[in-house]
Amino acid sequence: METFWYVVVTLMLAVYVVLDGFDFGVGILYPFAARTELERRTALASIGPVWNGNEVWLIASGGLLFFAFPRAYAAGFSGFYLALILVLWLLIFRGLALELRGHLDHELWRQFWDLAFAGASLLLAIVFGAALGNLIRGVPLNPDGYFFVAFWTTFTPGAEPGILDWYTVLMGLTSAAILAMHGANYLVMKTEGALSKRADSLGRLAGWIAAGLTGLAVLAIPFVRPGLMHNYVDHPIGYLFPIAGGLALGAAIFLRGKRREVGAFFASTLFIFAMLGSAAWGVYPNLLIATTDPANSLTAFNAVTSPYGLRLGLIWFPVGISLVIAYQVYVYHAFRGKVQLNPEP
Amino acid sequence: MATALLYDRLQFAVTVTFHYLFPQLTMGLALLILYLKTRALRTKDHRYDGAARFWIKIFALSFAFGVVTGIPMEFQFGTNWAKFSNFAGGVIGQTLAMEGLFAFFLESSFLGILLFGEQRFGPKVHWTAALMLFLGSWLSGYFILATNAWMQHPVAYTLAPDGRVHVNSLWGLLTNPWLFWQYTHNMTAAVVTASFVMAAVGAAYLLSGLHVEYAKTFLRTGVVAGAIASGLMIFPTGHGNARQVFEHQPVKGAAFEGLFRTERGAGLLLVGQPSPETMTIDNPLELPNALSILVYDELWAKVKGLDAFPREDWPDNIPLLYYAYHIMAGLGTILVAIMGAALLMLWRGRLFKTPWLLWLIMLSAPFPYIATTAGWMTAELGRQPWLVYGLLRTADGASPLVHSGTALFTLIGFLGLYLLLGLLFLFLVFETVRHGPPAGSEPTKAAARHGY
Repeated sequence: METFWYVVVTLMLAVYVVLDGFDFGVGILYPFAARTELERRTALASIGPVWNGNEVWLIASGGLLFFAFPRAYAAGFSGFYLALILVLWLLIFRGLALELRGHLDHELWRQFWDLAFAGASLLLAIVFGAALGNLIRGVPLNPDGYFFVAFWTTFTPGAEPGILDWYTVLMGLTSAAILAMHGANYLVMKTEGALSKRADSLGRLAGWIAAGLTGLAVLAIPFVRPGLMHNYVDHPIGYLFPIAGGLALGAAIFLRGKRREVGAFFASTLFIFAMLGSAAWGVYPNLLIATTDPANSLTAFNAVTSPYGLRLGLIWFPVGISLVIAYQVYVYHAFRGKVQLNPEP
Repeated sequence: MATALLYDRLQFAVTVTFHYLFPQLTMGLALLILYLKTRALRTKDHRYDGAARFWIKIFALSFAFGVVTGIPMEFQFGTNWAKFSNFAGGVIGQTLAMEGLFAFFLESSFLGILLFGEQRFGPKVHWTAALMLFLGSWLSGYFILATNAWMQHPVAYTLAPDGRVHVNSLWGLLTNPWLFWQYTHNMTAAVVTASFVMAAVGAAYLLSGLHVEYAKTFLRTGVVAGAIASGLMIFPTGHGNARQVFEHQPVKGAAFEGLFRTERGAGLLLVGQPSPETMTIDNPLELPNALSILVYDELWAKVKGLDAFPREDWPDNIPLLYYAYHIMAGLGTILVAIMGAALLMLWRGRLFKTPWLLWLIMLSAPFPYIATTAGWMTAELGRQPWLVYGLLRTADGASPLVHSGTALFTLIGFLGLYLLLGLLFLFLVFETVRHGPPAGSEPTKAAARHGY
């Protein structure tokens, strides 16, 4: 039962990363790929009807974490206080940039929101990558089950780490490169002409950078959290995740080269799922790993809500998630195909 | 530690107060837009489509600000109120998770269609999108109020040996008796806000001689909906709320009425300044016996005053609570008077030719916002010193390791950011209103490519 909800929360978060990930990627590439006003509007329109729904996956994941593992929600959200408030501020800027840019016909107005959109997207991609790095590296949980980490301490992982250290920064950059590649794949698929071409070549570049950084981040794990390998040694079936991830990344780069638009996008999607799956396989059953004393770690078993509460979730969750999938499929279907805007505003 | 608690409380108060300025308009407008779209579909009168298109633009603006300021609310349960989340997650985790799954996805999925889809998908799908936005936003309000109702009046829980609470009936949690009056009162208030805003824009256009046909539609819709809704605010929903406060939270009721001492035949204070230090009211003006009648239907019924409760259970800011309540009730009465007069004149066919009333309607657009904010301050200040009424004190709910410097840092950040957001919103709404509703009846290119 606990494992089921652990998988549900992880999967919801993974869907969030995949969906909002391409929004971030489009934002990161936006200043480079979209040069003319029409191209910028086209790039924004490619995510316009869907970004808000994508973001809801984050809110729903937070809600489900709160519901299933309240102790982990309480500890994690208060412990990563500064990072989360920063995320909130960045999400505010990104959301407003997308919604407000077109409201006023003035060059400076548009330039301001372009900068806000690109900057917030890049920083969010880095922060979310660093957050995953923190979950792998661990946090200084006290015996009461709480912790607080500052943005940085000594920039080294240890018993008293900060949110940013060399490892989590590496994870942040890796995440930015992967999402840039993923966003390029989306942009190529959804647009035409010069914009699509530029996204294509940026996507290739991002793909190779992502491959290099991912390799480094994986090699760094034994130095940061050797224990991550235990689950793999005990249950070697888990190796399927990193193997699938490696194959998917290769496929994404290969298909990008072959200009297979849809194939490349699905390959980068699979890659993100597989890498998050690999991390979850290694971390399970931990939700928050303690750097202080392993006994302080919060796991799916000691942070869980009451068995009755979980059973109630089994009633409404299947109904809710079916509706969600139905709406999302409908919206993506309704706005399928390449974006074509009228050149005249 | 005490200062960190103060900053935690201020930050939640600032962010939730600012956030709720937006959903109250969108939830109310969702209903009015659905009405306009329904009229358009039935009568084939394109004027209603044009009117809906204009209000969808305002709705979209308010919705966008509501979304970006709403995410911090869900996060802050964890960031600033970790011990509360740990204590109560076994209950309110249910309603908050359900809100995400059932309401937010519904709203965000169909918002795209409402904004971008009128030309592409035709009138029926567009009407359906309006319906879904209405359902989604009112459902969202339901789950949030179910959460708040549980904090006001905890039901359907068991206390575990480790001191935390767990839900023992989902049905009980979703049908909390407290919720009925709270939800009806709150949602009616949202309709009041939207009606006043719609009528005020209509009045402004009519007084300037602009978009006259649209102006009359806005005024008719706003005044009829506003008169019905503002009446319902007082009776039965406001009355029902006050009754349940006196039944379940008598100390809150005594505090917001300024009743320091227990009395038979207690009066209703209309004006006056409470001083908790001396337990007296300065400059009192009161309706004799009225409070006893309102609460217990009896002229000489005994109403418990603050002196009947230990001081540690008193709300910690009695004057602010008292003013919040009196501003809510006073403004509520004024709103009924304005909309009542407007409805009368509309019925006699003279509203459009009565400039003083149009001026009054135009200038009173901010009042429902103030009344609603004051109403929520009454509910929440009156819940103090409890975070969960009778179960968890506010002082015991904050995050233990988020210290005062950190909390003040983010509070200042939120204040600065929200000041900017508020200015931006006002500016954009004025721009949209100045730009006016579409002149033709077909969706314009500008509307079709909304935002991009």
